[in-house]
Amino acid sequence: MPPSLTLLDRLRPSLGFQAGTLAISVAAATLALSVAYTHTKEPIAQALSADTLASLAQVLPQGSYDNDVGADTLAAQRNGKPIVVHLARRGGAVTGVVLELAERGYSGDIGLVVGIQRDGRVSGVRVTRHTETPGLGDKIEKAKTDWVLDFNGKSLADPTPERWGVKKDSGVFDQFAGATITPRAVVKGVKGALDLYATHRDLWLASPPPR
Amino acid sequence: MADIKQLARDGLWDNNVVTGQILAMCPTMAVTATATNGLGMGLATTAVLVASNMLVAALRNFIPSEVRIPIFVVLIASLVTLVDMAINAWLHDLYKVLGLFIALIVVNCAILGRAEAFASKAPVLDSALDGLFMGLGFTLSLTVIGGIREILGSGTLFSQAHLLLGPAFSFLEIQFPSAGSGALLMILPPGGFLVLGGLLAGKRLIDARAARQRDVGAAPAPSAA
Repeated sequence: MPPSLTLLDRLRPSLGFQAGTLAISVAAATLALSVAYTHTKEPIAQALSADTLASLAQVLPQGSYDNDVGADTLAAQRNGKPIVVHLARRGGAVTGVVLELAERGYSGDIGLVVGIQRDGRVSGVRVTRHTETPGLGDKIEKAKTDWVLDFNGKSLADPTPERWGVKKDSGVFDQFAGATITPRAVVKGVKGALDLYATHRDLWLASPPPR
Repeated sequence: MADIKQLARDGLWDNNVVTGQILAMCPTMAVTATATNGLGMGLATTAVLVASNMLVAALRNFIPSEVRIPIFVVLIASLVTLVDMAINAWLHDLYKVLGLFIALIVVNCAILGRAEAFASKAPVLDSALDGLFMGLGFTLSLTVIGGIREILGSGTLFSQAHLLLGPAFSFLEIQFPSAGSGALLMILPPGGFLVLGGLLAGKRLIDARAARQRDVGAAPAPSAA
């Protein structure tokens, strides 16, 4: 047996060694985590903002804007909760808006980005985050089914307000077998975005570009 | 050097994390609504299990047995957090698929269980192999449970596999046309318990039959008298 082991054997039962080992382990773990945090903070933030930008680009018509939509924002409120409004501009004039909002689903919030054209028609909807039942409610993701594309081109006038719901509620949008609450929440969120746009349209469209 | 065959047999069948040790029930129930999710959770756990077993085995001579549990917990939790941050930062597309699973691995007692039962008493290489086979056994169980629930509940198998494994694996995705929408119960939490119960009963039956055959083979043939 190497001598270092016998020394270890003598040290191991002592209270100081035990406390010291624990302290060193925790210190080493803390050090490793802080180093890793400082090194990954920037790439993670970049990846997240790239995600947001990608979903913004998906809900706006191609070529309808030439500004930095991610940074050109207004603050608004919906049901007392703050939401973010992105403005899409071409040549300085607002061509459309994208609302980032959340609607309560079957289990937790469903994050939505809703693109609305100047004339009040939906240009696109994407779900950015959710915790709905895998295999049932997750059909709202574009990666899984094309269901969210049903919103494209819809407005407050088409369908009429009483038809803005899932088919079970005599609306025009499909629900999924076994999951009604999830699509109902998404429909409600999109309708809420359109209502907000109708209320604040003039203010938002006239807002000057950020300097 | 331990016997690889024995390690493999232990991890994949005899001492399987789910059907043998009945550990890690929380992630097992939570993610097995589809076979693809089971596979993703299993593979992520395998990677962490190999790394944590090697780390614990390398440090085993320095860790006093009185404080070993808190030290294991610190080591495993830090390791999982490091993996989580690294994948989020540099493999962000993979993180969008596996991120949910990685957070669940921290609370997976199977990893602490292997550190305590195996890696704290065995050399690094043996511990790595033990982690590998335990992880693969876990993956196998989760994929089977997920597959059964998915076939009965949704009428599909390995749906969305291309999101986890890449477009080349789209061929795994099967849709059973006659199944319709399937039995909703199987996708909801009770379905997980039903399938797990069936799986445990099946393993006991097979083990009991194997034991009977061994007894018959080893004992002298019953005499006609």
